[in-house]
Amino acid sequence: MSRKPLLEVENLRIDLSVGDAKFPAVQDVSFTIERGETFGLVGESGCGKSITSLALIGLLRHPLSIGGGTIRFDGKEIQNLSQSEMRKLRGNRISMIFQEPMTALNPLSPIGRQIAEMFVLHKGVSWTEANRLAVEALASVRVPAPERRVKDYPHQLSGGMRQRVMIAIALACEPDLLLADEPTTALDVTVQAEILDLIRELSAARGTAVLMISHDLGLIANMCRRVGVMYAGRLVEERIADEVFRNPSHPYTSGLVASLPLLGARSKHGRQRLKEIAGVVPPVAAFPAGCRFNPRCYAATELCRVEDPGVTPLANGGLVRCHHHE
Amino acid sequence: MLSFIVRRLLQTLPIILAVAALIFVMFSVIPGTFASSMSDDGRSVLDAEVMARMNKEFGLDDPVYVRFGKYIAQLATFDLGTSFRTRQPVASVIADRLWPTAQLSFAAMLFAIVVGVPLGFIAALRPGSWIDTISMVSAVSGLSLPKFWLGLMLMYLFALVLGWLPSFGYGGGDPRYIILPAIALGVAPLALLARTTRAAVLEIMNADFVRTARSKGMSESKVVRWHLTRNALVIILTTIGLQFGTVIGQAVVVEKLFSWPGLGSLLVDSVTLRDIPVVQGSILVIVLLFLIINMLVDVLCAIIDPRIKYT
Repeated sequence: MSRKPLLEVENLRIDLSVGDAKFPAVQDVSFTIERGETFGLVGESGCGKSITSLALIGLLRHPLSIGGGTIRFDGKEIQNLSQSEMRKLRGNRISMIFQEPMTALNPLSPIGRQIAEMFVLHKGVSWTEANRLAVEALASVRVPAPERRVKDYPHQLSGGMRQRVMIAIALACEPDLLLADEPTTALDVTVQAEILDLIRELSAARGTAVLMISHDLGLIANMCRRVGVMYAGRLVEERIADEVFRNPSHPYTSGLVASLPLLGARSKHGRQRLKEIAGVVPPVAAFPAGCRFNPRCYAATELCRVEDPGVTPLANGGLVRCHHHE
Repeated sequence: MLSFIVRRLLQTLPIILAVAALIFVMFSVIPGTFASSMSDDGRSVLDAEVMARMNKEFGLDDPVYVRFGKYIAQLATFDLGTSFRTRQPVASVIADRLWPTAQLSFAAMLFAIVVGVPLGFIAALRPGSWIDTISMVSAVSGLSLPKFWLGLMLMYLFALVLGWLPSFGYGGGDPRYIILPAIALGVAPLALLARTTRAAVLEIMNADFVRTARSKGMSESKVVRWHLTRNALVIILTTIGLQFGTVIGQAVVVEKLFSWPGLGSLLVDSVTLRDIPVVQGSILVIVLLFLIINMLVDVLCAIIDPRIKYT
């Protein structure tokens, strides 16, 4: 066992091609994930968190492509691997759960078969054996009556059940890294908690590291030890989860934390407007000069409008990308 | 399943009634009757008295609704009536013609499916490639070619110049005779099938579950075989069912051109002669054929797609 981290992403850049022009949809993103660790990525829609995870598993498709940087998985660079080498990692050592359990499963294929595929693909077992393993996998994600359920089609299952099936697929080959892209966004709140517990418990039991992507700060705080905050294709802050919420350093993070509604705040402070961050995330082709957050930032100065802030280290291994960090 | 088929068959009844009514309305609007068409060669003039007698004999002097009522009553006993022209039962006239038309339509659809579906698949799996461009350009051309012109060109090339195939006729069931008319009839559905297949495959390629399949570490060929084909098949089958109807309808032109003794040429001749019972019967049979094929397609789709219920 090496002491190296499981995943090291360095200066990752993802290009969006529009005709002949290329725009960096993700730029200078660096983070590491240790074995068995749960790392969170938060940010608004369109900040580049989903495409970052797709880049890690090699599933970026035109018009998106990796434009630079390195992705080191288990000490080996994987950003330039051939498709066939990448396929050996995909599903087997790095797997992914998607946001939409409604559409992420093939509607015309029984769920048992869709789980069994993993064993046939990566373990080289027969279909009979794979089907038996699929029943076990379904039982492990606590789907009741798995022997019967394997024959069901996705439309016969509820959203939560389908996401359980997705988890069973993703964890079938006991991967080292699980990419969870908004795994509970499409689910009811009560079901959310069950699914998150399941991911936490199963990944801990298998020693699987998790990259949890969400726009839900509460969820991230609950699940992750460390958090990266993304804004407009950049990692603007990376900290221990508790510190991010207690003492956010980047103005964008403060804005996100301040806009969380607090239960019971109304009885204490009376009726108040919910806080928000003014403005919207700029489109990829129109990122502003200087700090990308400057048009929406309350603390922006002239410096922020011209010069791109570098990365400043913080205590406890945190990082922030701001001229005026607190 | 059985109740589904029975229910679908019952649903055809109102459709058949509507079609019959439509034909009655049509023939009461267009000028001329069987009696007048007999004398319509411009040389002889039929005596008005003879015409009146013929009209009376065929019951054509009754009001439309009376004739319609009689016809429906007759239809209820599975009697299609008697041809004005040949004085034979319409059912037996049609029965003679049904098999050649079925042969021709199936051959044309077979040609369209065997060539069109793989072409659409290949085009979709290599979008923007030369094979995609060529197949889609030829698909559009195939859709735009008039059938009678294409048929003439095929005759000219393969029968006259090359001498490989007979130019026209039924040839007593000799399979060489069916090739040219089947191609002439099959090119348009081929083009449409190729385009539909391409669109369906391209759409499914972008579906979330295909991304899931890729994230499992599946090769592209396995993605296509395990996840894409079945999903595309539902759309392709539906198109095939609809195209079958068009093909049977368009067989009229091709049958006439190639002197194919099918329902289509019978229909054209009978319309010219205002032989209403034969026209009625032929159209009803064609409609019935179309409905049955589409019912079969629906059953097949329901077998492939578990979300489709037999309702």
